[in-house]
Amino acid sequence: MKFLCTVKRVTDYEAKIRINSDGSDIVTDGVNMIINPFDEIGVEEALRLKEKHGGEVVVLSIGTSDSVQQLRSAMAMGADRGILVKNEGDMDSATVAKIIQKVAEDEQPDMIMMGKQAIDGDSNQAAQMLAEYLGWPQATYAFKVEVEGTDATVVREADGGMETVKVGLPAVITTDLRLNEPRYASLPGIMKAKRKPLAEKTLQELGVTATTRVVMKGLEAPPSKSAGQIVPDVDTLIEKLRNEAKAI
Amino acid sequence: MSKHLVVAEYAGGSLHGSTLSTITAAQKVGGDVIGLVVGQGVDSIATEMGKYVPNVVIVDDAKLANRLAQPWAQAIAAVAQNKGATHIWHGATTAGKDIMPRVAARLEAGMASDISAVVSENTFKRPMWAGNVIGTVEVTTDTKVVTVRPTEFDRATAGSETNIEKVETAIDDSRMSFVSFDEVKSDRPALTDADVVISGGRGLKGPEGFTNVIEPLADKLGAAIGASRAVCDAGWVPNDWQVGQTGKVVAPNLYFAVGLSGAIQHVAGMKGSKCIVAINKDEEAPIFQVADYGIVADLFDVVPELIEKL
Ligand SMILES: Cc1cc2nc3c(=O)[nH]c(=O)nc-3n(C[C@H](O)[C@H](O)[C@H](O)COP(=O)(O)OP(=O)(O)OC[C@H]3O[C@@H](n4cnc5c(N)ncnc54)[C@H](O)[C@@H]3O)c2cc1C
Ligand SMILES: Nc1ncnc2c1ncn2[C@@H]1O[C@H](COP(=O)(O)O)[C@@H](O)[C@H]1O
Repeated sequence: MKFLCTVKRVTDYEAKIRINSDGSDIVTDGVNMIINPFDEIGVEEALRLKEKHGGEVVVLSIGTSDSVQQLRSAMAMGADRGILVKNEGDMDSATVAKIIQKVAEDEQPDMIMMGKQAIDGDSNQAAQMLAEYLGWPQATYAFKVEVEGTDATVVREADGGMETVKVGLPAVITTDLRLNEPRYASLPGIMKAKRKPLAEKTLQELGVTATTRVVMKGLEAPPSKSAGQIVPDVDTLIEKLRNEAKAI
Repeated sequence: MSKHLVVAEYAGGSLHGSTLSTITAAQKVGGDVIGLVVGQGVDSIATEMGKYVPNVVIVDDAKLANRLAQPWAQAIAAVAQNKGATHIWHGATTAGKDIMPRVAARLEAGMASDISAVVSENTFKRPMWAGNVIGTVEVTTDTKVVTVRPTEFDRATAGSETNIEKVETAIDDSRMSFVSFDEVKSDRPALTDADVVISGGRGLKGPEGFTNVIEPLADKLGAAIGASRAVCDAGWVPNDWQVGQTGKVVAPNLYFAVGLSGAIQHVAGMKGSKCIVAINKDEEAPIFQVADYGIVADLFDVVPELIEKL
C-alpha cells in the first residue's frame, strides 16, 4: 500500500503565542516549530499500517524551505521519502487541498492520512475539501483504522459516541488524538533520514494557481478576563455562588 | 440580498440546539433564511425546524439515511445551487466539521469555520491558536460556507408560519458506508446544552474518582460531566466528554474544573462559561487564571463537603 501523509509546520503547542504590532501575524521569532501533532499521529498510523501490509510512506509538506525540518523529522520516524511543495505566504484550505490533489494525482496513493486540524489555524477543512476534489470517500476523526483488501474500516470519534464506517480505497483519513501514540525517532533513524530522498516542487510545476477564497484581515487578542478570587473554604464558595454569582 | 441555507442537525428524533444558534448567526447577516433537513423520514424534524424559519426544504432519500459526508455534501450543495443560496450554514459540531468543507469544495466556495462573530455579510471572526488569537477573515467568493461556534450565539426563538417543501436530488453511489454507532448513553443533560458542567482531570486519580467524586456532584446539580484530554486518553471516561481546542466547546452558566490543570487547550473549550470554579491543590495551576472562584485544596476533601452542604 502507498500512503501519503501530510505534515504541516506549526508553532509548538506549548509556546506562548503573541501577535505582532500591526496585527497581521503572530510572532514566530524564537518560537519552537513542530510537526502538527495530528499529522505526527497520521505518520505513525501509516507506519504501523505499512508494517502490517507493506508498502511505502511518503510525507508531504507545503510551505517555505523551513518545512524540510518537519519532513526530515517524519522521515526519522520511518517515512520513506519526502515532498516539499514550496509556497511563501498565506494559503487558505482550498489552496492547500488543490496542491495535495495534484500531488495525489501524481503519486496515486491508496490512502491519504491527514490531521483533523492544524493547531495553528484550527480550520479543520483541508482533508475534507481534498476528498471532495478527488471524489474519494473520507473518514474523519479516526480512533481506529483497519485495512482489509480494498476497504478500510474506521472507528470515528463522533458527537455522542463512536461511529464505525467503511470506506473503499483510495480514501482520505484524518486522525484524532487517541488513534495512537507516535514513536520517538531513534538516533539511527535520524541519521538515515538525512539521506532519504526529498523532492522539491513549485506551484507552477504542479500547475496549481493559488486562488485565495478566504483572506485574513487581521489578528487580535481575545478579550481578557478579570482576575477571580481564591476563597478559603467551601462555606465561602457556596455563599459566593449563591449571592454574588447567583449561579446556584 | 443574502439567501441563507441552514442545515439542520438532529439526533434521536430532535433538532440539535446548535442549529438554533446557527440560525441566529445567519439572521445577523440579514436576508432570507431557509432551513434544510437532509435524511430519511425526517418530516418531524422539518416541522420542528419550521418553528424557527419561514421556509424549510427536505431532501428525503434512502441514500441519506446515515449522515455520511460524501452523499450529504452532494445533497446540500445541490439544494444550495437550486435555491441560489449565498450562505450555507451548519453548527461547528463534529458533523458540521465533517460535512461542510466538502460542500465548500463542491461549490468552489470559500469557507469560514467555527466562527464566533459575524462582522458583515462576508467577514467573520474566529478563534485560532487554541483561542489565543481571534482572527478576522473575509470570504471573497459569492457563495460562502460557514460553520458556527454554537456557544457564541443565542438560540433562535420560535416564530410564525412555515412552508415546507420536499425536493429530490440525484445522489451518486459512494464508496462510504455506515457500519455501526456505539452511543454513549447517559441520563444527564448533553455536555453542550447543560446549564452546569462538572469537569474532571488527572487529579481524580482514576475512573473511580469520576464515579465517586464527580458523579455525585453532577447528580446534586443536575449537571453534565466533562473531562480533560488526559483522562479521555487514559480511557477513564468516554472520548466524547473531552472539553477543549480539539474537543467540545461549552459555555454553561457554571463550570467546575476539578483536579485539572487548565492547559490552554482545555481552557479554549470552556473559558466562555459564565462562572468558573476551580478546585486544585496546586495554587500555581493555570486554571486559577480563568476561574472566578478558586479553592486551593485536595479535591477529595472539598468535593464531598461541597456535596454535603449544597
Ligand atoms: C494537539 C493537542 C490538543 C489538545 N487538546 C486538548 C483538549 O481539547 N482538551 C484538553 O483538556 N486537553 C487537550 N490537550 C492536552 C493538554 O495540553 C493537557 O495535557 C491536558 O489538558 C492535561 O489534563 P489534566 O489537566 O487532567 O492533567 P494535568 O495537567 O496533569 O493536571 C492535573 C491537575 O490535578 C491537580 N491535582 C492532582 N491531585 C489533586 C487533588 N487530590 N486535589 C486537587 N487537585 C489535584 C494537579 O495539581 C494538576 O493541576 C491537547 C494537547 C495537544 C498537544
Ligand atoms: N501547509 C500544509 N502542509 C502540509 N499539510 C497541510 C498544510 N496545511 C494543512 N495541511 C494538512 O491539512 C490538515 C488539516 O488542516 P486545516 O484544515 O488547516 O486545519 C492538517 O492536519 C495537515 O495534515
